[in-house]
Amino acid sequence: MTITTASSTPTVLGPVADIPLGEGRTYAVDGDMIAVFRLRDGSLRAVSAVCPHKGGPLADGQIDNSIVVCPLHLFAWDLATGCSQSGQAPIDVYPVREDDGQILLGE
Amino acid sequence: MTQRLVVIGNGMAGARTVEEILARNGDFTVTMFGDEPYGNYNRIMLSNLLAGVETEEGIFLNDLAWYSENGITLNAGVKVERIDAKKKLVHDSNGVATPYDKLIIATGSYSWTPPMKNVHNPKRGYHQGVFAFRTLDDTRGMIRYARDHERAVVIGGGLLGLEAARGLQNHVSQVTLLHAMGHLMERQLDPKAGQMLQASVEGKLGIKVITNAMTTEILGKDRVTGVKLADGTVIECDVVVIAAGIRPNTEMVANSGLPVERGIVVDDQMRVQGEQDIYSVGECAQHRGNLYGLVAPLWDQAKVLADHITGRNPDAAYHGSKLSTKLKVAGIDVASMGLIAPETDDDEVVVYNEPKKGVYKQLIIRDDVLVGAVLVGDNSKAASLIQAFDRGTALPEERAGLIFDIGGPAGEVSPAEMADDAQVCNCNGVSKGAICGAVSSGCKTVSGVMDKTRAGKGCGTCKPLVQRIVEWANGGAVEEDPAASWYVPGVPMPKPELMAAIRQYELKSVSAVFDKLVPGGQHDAKSKMGLASLLKMMWADQYEDERDARFINDRVHGNIQKDGTFSVVPQMKGGVTTPAELKRIAEVAEKYRVPMVKLTGGQRIDLLGVPKEQLPAMWADLDMPSGYAYAKSFRTVKTCVGSDFCRFGVGDSTALGIAIEERYQGLEGPGKMKLAVTGCPRNCAEAYVKDLGVVAIDGGKWEIYVGGAAGAHIRKGDLLTTVDSAEEVIKLTGRFLQYYRENANWLERTYAFVPRIGIDRIREIVVEDSDGIAEALDAAVEEAVQAYKDPWKERAEPVTPGQFRTSLPLTVLPQVPVRA
Repeated sequence: MTITTASSTPTVLGPVADIPLGEGRTYAVDGDMIAVFRLRDGSLRAVSAVCPHKGGPLADGQIDNSIVVCPLHLFAWDLATGCSQSGQAPIDVYPVREDDGQILLGE
Repeated sequence: MTQRLVVIGNGMAGARTVEEILARNGDFTVTMFGDEPYGNYNRIMLSNLLAGVETEEGIFLNDLAWYSENGITLNAGVKVERIDAKKKLVHDSNGVATPYDKLIIATGSYSWTPPMKNVHNPKRGYHQGVFAFRTLDDTRGMIRYARDHERAVVIGGGLLGLEAARGLQNHVSQVTLLHAMGHLMERQLDPKAGQMLQASVEGKLGIKVITNAMTTEILGKDRVTGVKLADGTVIECDVVVIAAGIRPNTEMVANSGLPVERGIVVDDQMRVQGEQDIYSVGECAQHRGNLYGLVAPLWDQAKVLADHITGRNPDAAYHGSKLSTKLKVAGIDVASMGLIAPETDDDEVVVYNEPKKGVYKQLIIRDDVLVGAVLVGDNSKAASLIQAFDRGTALPEERAGLIFDIGGPAGEVSPAEMADDAQVCNCNGVSKGAICGAVSSGCKTVSGVMDKTRAGKGCGTCKPLVQRIVEWANGGAVEEDPAASWYVPGVPMPKPELMAAIRQYELKSVSAVFDKLVPGGQHDAKSKMGLASLLKMMWADQYEDERDARFINDRVHGNIQKDGTFSVVPQMKGGVTTPAELKRIAEVAEKYRVPMVKLTGGQRIDLLGVPKEQLPAMWADLDMPSGYAYAKSFRTVKTCVGSDFCRFGVGDSTALGIAIEERYQGLEGPGKMKLAVTGCPRNCAEAYVKDLGVVAIDGGKWEIYVGGAAGAHIRKGDLLTTVDSAEEVIKLTGRFLQYYRENANWLERTYAFVPRIGIDRIREIVVEDSDGIAEALDAAVEEAVQAYKDPWKERAEPVTPGQFRTSLPLTVLPQVPVRA
């Protein structure tokens, strides 16, 4: 697991309302693709957007309050730690939070 | 409040029961008593220990550390001498009285010695050189003694005797097996099979077998010199092993005033008759008049007792076990289940006998159900026969297929014979070694191993093999995953209970189900799709659609491809199109530079490689309804040209196919539903291998087949019925599909569902309406049909923000070749 800070100051990705509850959307940040999920409890999670197994788009995967399941081969990762639950390489996780209705990526 | 649980007996049954109780977080302080001064070991493996293929460490199930880790007080080598049920105390050989709140008696069996002169030495117990074959100490003693001697006699030609004889060959040069009955293993095998086994044991192994051999005397004064039979024959030997059977250890229990007949009498909760707080499991327990000496029933009992005693399910009940065994007896494959001889004139007996190869197979069938089977020399069909026997499923008419693989794929491989790097799961590339690795690192359930390795998670055809390997790697056992019966992994209920709860609480959305029915309200990503499908089926247009509960395919109405693009498949009912439609499809394909245009197996045109964000515009340009090439739903109705043009066609299959597709389009189910209508029995539309296939036959009639498949599994459908009109076909199609939707497990295709329920039963319900639910099924499917909306209409107004926004990386991974 690695936790990377996208930049020294948080990046505004756009309104939280752009992400429906329980779904994810992909954002391009400094040349990286980052999948941001809005859990059903309202909190946000951000992970690298590409599945390390076969390049699947993780933002299209299904989530609950702890994991994301890649839509291609159904491997699962922990959204908080990036650890795989199915023996794959971990994914990157990023700090993300909501501020005044906006998604802020970074510390 | 923490209760005191005392367990008398530290063998396989006692320890197993405690394991089950721990697994259910039972609130007990546990004290165990065991005669033997060890942790608990796998008694079945003593044969392997004797044969030198297993070490002592290898046969331990739980060593002493396990007891301390789990806070269990183990009194090893301490005998319980009396139970005081009134005062709730057990008195042991050290003079200590241990109080209990709950008591479990699992004293097992002892090795029975038939009456023989001179078998006991008054000072030592058994005569020197005479051994029973029951405990680790017996086995150690036998090995130590046999090493220095040459000739052994084994008394008893049952399973244990055969194993002992085989094992002793490892230590002595000459082994004779004496059996008092007319043929070997007479409890499990019919005479013919017993003789076949005897021929193999003598011919292949070089063990001399004498049947009808009643041993009357052990010869020798200080040590054994031979045995004498009833007919006066003397067989010289230095070692005698007695394996003539077992008897339940019940003396102490009977002396304590508890009810003992052949065994300790228990009820369906394994509670000792007339006692509130005393239970008994394993070989010493007598349930509904039966004693069980095999492992599988013992495990069932342990589970029931654990469910009951921990309050997990106070009403858990043991109903007895159907006995089946599948094993290598002295290196020879033997399987046996149920009857070994016909009981009535109507019992059908199927026998195959090939003496030269040592192969013998006998089936006993009653009313199309397997009630007994004996196999010697070839166990390749044992697993499927045991399954048919256990479940009582109707057998196929082709009986030969039950005992041979005819023209099909090669028979079952045994896990032991497979190389470590042999690929088991051909979808996800998982080897036998990887599966065994998962087991040895602690995964004891099939589903756990499948989750960890992804074996069996592709097309699913290898699942039975994965199960066999897990069982084998677990030493013949596999823990049952309680979740195996649940409809989805995250909600602890089987389908009927789940549906009842959903109705009771009127749960109309997936999150409502999690909130109400999962302890702690934990949501589960892997359960969402199955629940969404179920709720939609149950509530039709009242269902509260939460988009995140859908798989991506169902969110954007296309099939996700390996590079994250999607495929667009316009509807083409019955495979019929027009030049205008073809032109439009071609124009759209050109305009959007679709990388590949492909005809699908379902008679449609697939536009592959479409980025998500282009889907709405393409659908608008096509202006055709969705062809449903993505969901767990009704897919296509394949047809042949039928009577319109074909010289042979006897029915208008094209018109009927279109009518069926029009009516049931988009219908969701536990698995996809692929149909076909074919205009004559030449079967050009492959209707015999569809979830539902319709075949026109002469005389204006239509045959309806269900449960066929030609994908990962191949199965010819079963004839449901023959009807006189297209209207009846359409009606029965809907009724069957609705019955399947309501009763199949999640992702259970009809090829598994139909044989599970049985075609006769399905015919009773769907055609004959014996359960009186036909009207309700018709009404339910009508409601679903009325709720149909073309999902491609979402192009104009996306349901969620960014519904069609790309999720692809900046640079599309070059995974899909573009063909010129």
